Amino acid sequence: MSEMLQKLLDNGILILGIWETVYMTFISAFFAYLLGLPLGVLLCVTAKDGIRPIPWLSRILDILVNIFRSIPFIILMVAVLPAAKLIAGTSLGNRAMIVTLVIAATPYVARMVESSVKEVDKGVIEAAQSMGASPFRIITRVLIPEARPSLTVGAVISLVTILGYSAMAGTIGGGGLGMISITYGYQRFNNEIVWICVVLTIIIVQIIQEAGMRLARKTDRRTA
Amino acid sequence: MIELKNISKTFKTKKGEFTALRDIDLSIRDGEIFGIIGLSGAGKSTLVRCINYLEKPTSGQVIIDGKELGSLNKKELLALRRNIGMIFQGFNLLEQRTVLKNVLFPLEIAGVPKDKARAKARELLELVGLSDKESSYPSQLSGGQKQRVAIARALAPNPKYLLCDEATSALDPETTRSILELIRRINRELGVTTVVITHDMKVIDSICDRVAVMDNSIVTEIGTVAEVFADPKSETARKLILPELKLVETVSGGERIRLIFSGENSFTPVVSNLILSCGAPLNILYARTKDIDGRAYGEIVLQLPADIRAAAKVKNYLEAHGLTYSVLDGGESHVGDASEAAG
Repeated sequence: MSEMLQKLLDNGILILGIWETVYMTFISAFFAYLLGLPLGVLLCVTAKDGIRPIPWLSRILDILVNIFRSIPFIILMVAVLPAAKLIAGTSLGNRAMIVTLVIAATPYVARMVESSVKEVDKGVIEAAQSMGASPFRIITRVLIPEARPSLTVGAVISLVTILGYSAMAGTIGGGGLGMISITYGYQRFNNEIVWICVVLTIIIVQIIQEAGMRLARKTDRRTA
Repeated sequence: MIELKNISKTFKTKKGEFTALRDIDLSIRDGEIFGIIGLSGAGKSTLVRCINYLEKPTSGQVIIDGKELGSLNKKELLALRRNIGMIFQGFNLLEQRTVLKNVLFPLEIAGVPKDKARAKARELLELVGLSDKESSYPSQLSGGQKQRVAIARALAPNPKYLLCDEATSALDPETTRSILELIRRINRELGVTTVVITHDMKVIDSICDRVAVMDNSIVTEIGTVAEVFADPKSETARKLILPELKLVETVSGGERIRLIFSGENSFTPVVSNLILSCGAPLNILYARTKDIDGRAYGEIVLQLPADIRAAAKVKNYLEAHGLTYSVLDGGESHVGDASEAAG
């Protein structure tokens, strides 16, 4: 074991890094869903073949989401730092990084949600309409509950993507495993640290993936 | 009463306009089971969706109990839909909800208090014979059971009307029969006016009181099932009523006629008398009798002798005895599949 690794373990930097990565990922995902879930549902519902078509709104949302989705995260991250400063009060540290992660992840989440909700059987929606359900009721009682297993799978994919983003945030002042591998590994030519961060990230991803898929399977009544 | 006045519906597609319905006039009386039959693509599914405005007609009026649907605002329309239950070919149950919660769904929408809703849902599950399945999920049920759940769900808000869109088309014959019996029972016991869309004549003659035949976006004929069955005027109606005779092959022989039985004369040995008194050999190509609405109806398709004089004798006999018949084709070239009809 190298001296560096010993040092990182002794002063708790590695453990803190794991915690920071997990915490940034989950908090960012939470806020990204808070914004992205309604946005994704709106994209689906206001579309031409949706339950409440609003062509202009659907068009605007679609373009906005596409714009944000097409900017590479590393560039978007730097570009939205002023916004992070405005919202979080600082452009450095994990709080600022959470703001940039949420801005980057929301459009991604919206697309994931949109595609899940689109999968809901048109016949079931029609049945709800025939019962006199309003569009709002259809969203809350039909679209979201019926799409739940697919939404859960989408959330797993989103979490893993956000975790990847959070590592990049390590280059501009965020914490976590990304920062450790860059600061202590890459910049100090210590490959061992880099690889340890890689392995730790893989383990975190595996846990999220496995737990999420299990949850999706267990709560899907179509296979119960 | 459901009145459809001059209903037309056109869809705009990339290839241009497509007319699904053209000037449809229909009225469905309270308490009856009204059938709409047509081949696929005839427009019947669009028509049934106009009744609850799932499809808004391009022109014309839908009037339900005196209310013109086009004049209602969104809220009024949603309220009115609660009075019209609907079931579908694909059942359309909520897959992530239990059977009981599926039946509770329309009651949630209607804002019925929970305990009252539960009691109502259980009562309906009992009616459709699925009390023991209330905590199952749809994926654990058979097709027939799913349709029963869908029926219970459609009936939960006590609707006056029930629309059935090809409700038995995905089911096997045995299950179809039991679902049709259930629909008929609901009509009789609860007085629910029912509209049945189908491409299957068996559905029509086992439960419907009146029927409209649709072909190519229009209604070609309309009447009691007995009337339409006895004397189908349109090509489509003939095709639907006599599906067994669709297979034709070239066999030499005489003219084919369709002998129609209704009421009293279905119990007299008409064919035997006919053969005995005319002394002519007749080939029975197809025969069936059916109990419709408590009365016996039937039809027999006969192939007349190739000899013109013998054939004329048979026709004279039929006319003299007041029997209804229609000539199916000119004979010689097109004759029904004899092997199928031999029995």
